[in-house]
Amino acid sequence: MTLREVANITQAQIISGQELLDTEVISACGSDMMSDVLAHVKNQSVLVTGLINPQVVRTALMMDMKCICFVRGKIPDEKVIEIASENNIVIMATKNTMFEACGKLFSRGLRGGD
Amino acid sequence: MTEIVWRFDVEGNNFELAGHASQQTKSRLKQIGVNNDIIRKVIIAMYEGEINMVIHANGGVATVTVQPNLITVVLADTGKGIENVELAMKEGYSTATTEIRELGFGAGMGLPNMKKYSDDMTIDTTVGEGTTITMKFKI
Repeated sequence: MTLREVANITQAQIISGQELLDTEVISACGSDMMSDVLAHVKNQSVLVTGLINPQVVRTALMMDMKCICFVRGKIPDEKVIEIASENNIVIMATKNTMFEACGKLFSRGLRGGD
Repeated sequence: MTEIVWRFDVEGNNFELAGHASQQTKSRLKQIGVNNDIIRKVIIAMYEGEINMVIHANGGVATVTVQPNLITVVLADTGKGIENVELAMKEGYSTATTEIRELGFGAGMGLPNMKKYSDDMTIDTTVGEGTTITMKFKI
């Protein structure tokens, strides 16, 4: 699916990277523990998380991820958005919980990666 | 390609900058054409190590050496040292504070991840004097 579809499915608001919404993704990872994200690297392109500090973007960046979907209505601050924009990572925010967002994306075809 | 050496100062307890050295290294490795799978291994291991230096050791120095068949990352600090290396290597064991956990770290996966993604890792540590971790990655 495209990142535009990820946003539609989770009813997320696009915070930055509007021009990159046609990017295709096939896998995602949901976690609030960045160490776990680093430990279970599986070529995921979307990070679903409720953490909003700069380390989240850095982690996504290290893993070559294309998009971060912040859950539970959290909006990151300017610094986070700036690092993401500089590195072509799309930032979106949904009011869904982590469980809801992951469930919806999984049921529409996103997988955990391999 | 002859030998290339990059050196980065890592500032302690600066969580906004933590990961900057790894990020720089990633871009530079890309620029010189290192394979993406190798870059990912190097960067995950280095990033975990860099975070450790920021969290536990009040910063330090990260040195990356690129040779034709080998990338070596040395993370050296003058922090408090690791009391029990065997325990620190155990997945899930962590001495991180609540503040660190709120940043998404402190899951006790730092050193295990570094070991997992490097081809060789040595830890040289003395309590009260500091720690030097050397990781090697075959290209």
